[in-house]
Amino acid sequence: MPDFVQLWVYLSTAPLFGLTATLVVYVVAAAVYDRVERAPWANPVLWSVIVLGAMLLATATPYPTYFAGAQFVHVLLGPGGGGAGLAALAAPPRAAPAQRRAARRGAGRRRRRRRQRGAARVAARPARRGGALARLEVGDRAGGDGHRRAHRRRARARRGVRGADRLVGALSAKYLFNGLGIASWAVRGFALGTASHGIGAARALQVHDDAGAYAGIALGLQVLLASLMIPLLFRWLA
Amino acid sequence: VIALRGLALLLLFQAVGEGLVLALKLPFPGPVVGLLLLLFALRWPAVREPAQAAAELLLAHLSLLFVPVGVGIVTHLDLVARHGIQLVVAVVVSTWIGMAVTALLLRALLKRDARPEAGDA
Repeated sequence: MPDFVQLWVYLSTAPLFGLTATLVVYVVAAAVYDRVERAPWANPVLWSVIVLGAMLLATATPYPTYFAGAQFVHVLLGPGGGGAGLAALAAPPRAAPAQRRAARRGAGRRRRRRRQRGAARVAARPARRGGALARLEVGDRAGGDGHRRAHRRRARARRGVRGADRLVGALSAKYLFNGLGIASWAVRGFALGTASHGIGAARALQVHDDAGAYAGIALGLQVLLASLMIPLLFRWLA
Repeated sequence: VIALRGLALLLLFQAVGEGLVLALKLPFPGPVVGLLLLLFALRWPAVREPAQAAAELLLAHLSLLFVPVGVGIVTHLDLVARHGIQLVVAVVVSTWIGMAVTALLLRALLKRDARPEAGDA
């Protein structure tokens, strides 16, 4: 028995644990998501967070221990969500038609299969995540180096809140747009990309070409504008 | 392999952006500066094609990248317990406002754009 405890202590402190847990849980959650025809409530980010969070609490594993492994996933995002914007903007060259072509190529087989299944009912319903990171980073930056530590503490708190924030968009965008009578895929995608950033773009790509292309444009613009304007606003207000 | 080269390029641009921000004390996030630089560099196929391959790979699995941060919520469960309702209301309402305003505004602008002649004549 002590051997088992020691084994667990070793495994849970090795970076491998966080990385493996993240990937395994996410892969399972994504499979379920596909199985239920990508219903908004089955959002894989939401369920991965719930399952992983419950695992950490149940095993009394501190978050930093988990993050030691999970950071290898996290780093791909880029420290400021700019990474997501980078990824979204990298595919399209400069003009919108080119962006659309890129978006089409990027969206892949799954989306096409899905559309054949009559996926029109699937509104864009992304998890809203990337841009919040951008705002987080901007907030840190705007504070200047002197306040960095306090900012980082506050940023961590905001990070938790923002997680909920983005999931709200993920779970409700479809119903909101339907309720407002917004049928245009371009408009839905653009609003999604503005409010939902990276995941918005990714999700919109799976739903519709136009939605995906416009979400990509919105994502890039939003990240740029927010990062340029928030520091200015901060100085003006402070 | 081409996606890997693209990933290297993306990270390289991001690193250059971070470097510039640090060196010049710019008030912007490094990745955003890197994004701007990359935007100009995309005119060269040697940059564009690998970057596109990497971007497609990243976009296809984008939601995975947000899981580690999301799990960070476990460090703030006390905050959620204390202000849960207020947080939910603020978050839900502000999110809806953001999406609704963007969607309605763009729809209005697109409609106006769709018939430019009819507008003035």
